[in-house]
Amino acid sequence: MADEVVLLDTWASMFGMRVRIALAEKGVNYEYKEEDLRNKSPLLLQMNPIHQKIPVLVHNGKPICESSIIVQYIDEVWSDKSPILPSDPYQRAQARFWVDYIDKMVYDTWRKYWLSEGEEHERWKKEFISIFKQLEEALGDKPFYGGDTFGFLDLGLIPFYSWFYTFETYGNFKMEAECPKLMSWAKRCMQRETVSNTLPDEKKVYAHVVGMKKALESK
Amino acid sequence: MAQTDLKLLGGWFSPFALRVQIALNLKGLDYELIEETLNPKSDLLLQSNPVYNKIPVLLHADKPICESAVIVEYIDETWTNAPSILPSNAYDRANARFWSTYIDDKWFTPMKSLLMAEDDEAKKALFGQMEEALERMEDAFNKASEGKPFFGGDTIGLIDIAFGSFLSWLSVIEEMNGRKVLDVAKNPALAQWAETFAADPAVKGILPETLKLLEFANALKLKWAAEAAKAK
Repeated sequence: MADEVVLLDTWASMFGMRVRIALAEKGVNYEYKEEDLRNKSPLLLQMNPIHQKIPVLVHNGKPICESSIIVQYIDEVWSDKSPILPSDPYQRAQARFWVDYIDKMVYDTWRKYWLSEGEEHERWKKEFISIFKQLEEALGDKPFYGGDTFGFLDLGLIPFYSWFYTFETYGNFKMEAECPKLMSWAKRCMQRETVSNTLPDEKKVYAHVVGMKKALESK
Repeated sequence: MAQTDLKLLGGWFSPFALRVQIALNLKGLDYELIEETLNPKSDLLLQSNPVYNKIPVLLHADKPICESAVIVEYIDETWTNAPSILPSNAYDRANARFWSTYIDDKWFTPMKSLLMAEDDEAKKALFGQMEEALERMEDAFNKASEGKPFFGGDTIGLIDIAFGSFLSWLSVIEEMNGRKVLDVAKNPALAQWAETFAADPAVKGILPETLKLLEFANALKLKWAAEAAKAK
């Protein structure tokens, strides 16, 4: 029986990008459905009734939600090629810990940094940069978080690279200056076709975020 | 019992540490339990969990693993003897992970806020959130258990551990507010499950006593109130 794989997503979502990279790594054919989050499709509401969020992977009619859970699912189902999680349980635990750290810290802090002004804004900006410094420290001198190979944590973090220009512009700082090793790592990841074909243009992302802010402010 | 080099930095009051203890018990593992008071935090804790400085931390041959959900999966993957904590089917595994995350997000968050809340309006809203979560969990239980005693089927699984670890704290919240949250009339399956879970050999004996926890919770509330007053 042929697999039916559908991805409900939005083009600029870092979380959606994780899933797209994973599917590309595994060579899985899928149907991509762009969602308008201001007007969620009946399919999205049906497939993710609890959170009503993207990404959602629908595999043979059954939904899987939450990007890190989806990526692990993809790795387990299409296990014949390009392993994403390491095989060693301790390495797996480290990768899961850091992906969870990214999930807990980056987006929420970004929103606070993005939407605040003055002193608050400066405070959140510092906090935001320190999260990336922490992630840079976790990388150490390895070429990838996965060691010699691109893995779960690399995949979990690299989508945020397409948002770096946006992060920098809102705070007038340069990621290259703050986290040079992380930038080298990101460029290394971008040499991988599955990554460079997935990540959107950073200027497009910025224009989109500017639009979102205007929409929020006009409410 | 398996011979292992395991230390758990935990706390009797911590539902997250309890999760790890249940997982270790399920696998029949020996471990050294190091009770942290968190006041002050031990050097070992600060060294082992530099990112969050929180319990639980599992030290396996002195290598630290942090975050309860990560630790439980680590235990299941390292000690592959029965019972399996995660299901074997990939879709069921995704489902187990989804509900485990949901519990931390939609159950623990309002529960913690309820502990700190003074305002009746705020409390009402938080009770509402917890009741909604319970309805969802009841539904999830009926789907996952397929008529068996646990979310994990015949034996305790990831979702059982994630949710069951909060049962004593739930009793404390109910006591403090003089109202039932997990109600046998509204959540019959979960009410039965809670009893079965608490009586399981891997769980019984390590659940904190409600009265002791109630004392602890009241002291914690006072501490938080003092800190909030100072911050003003």
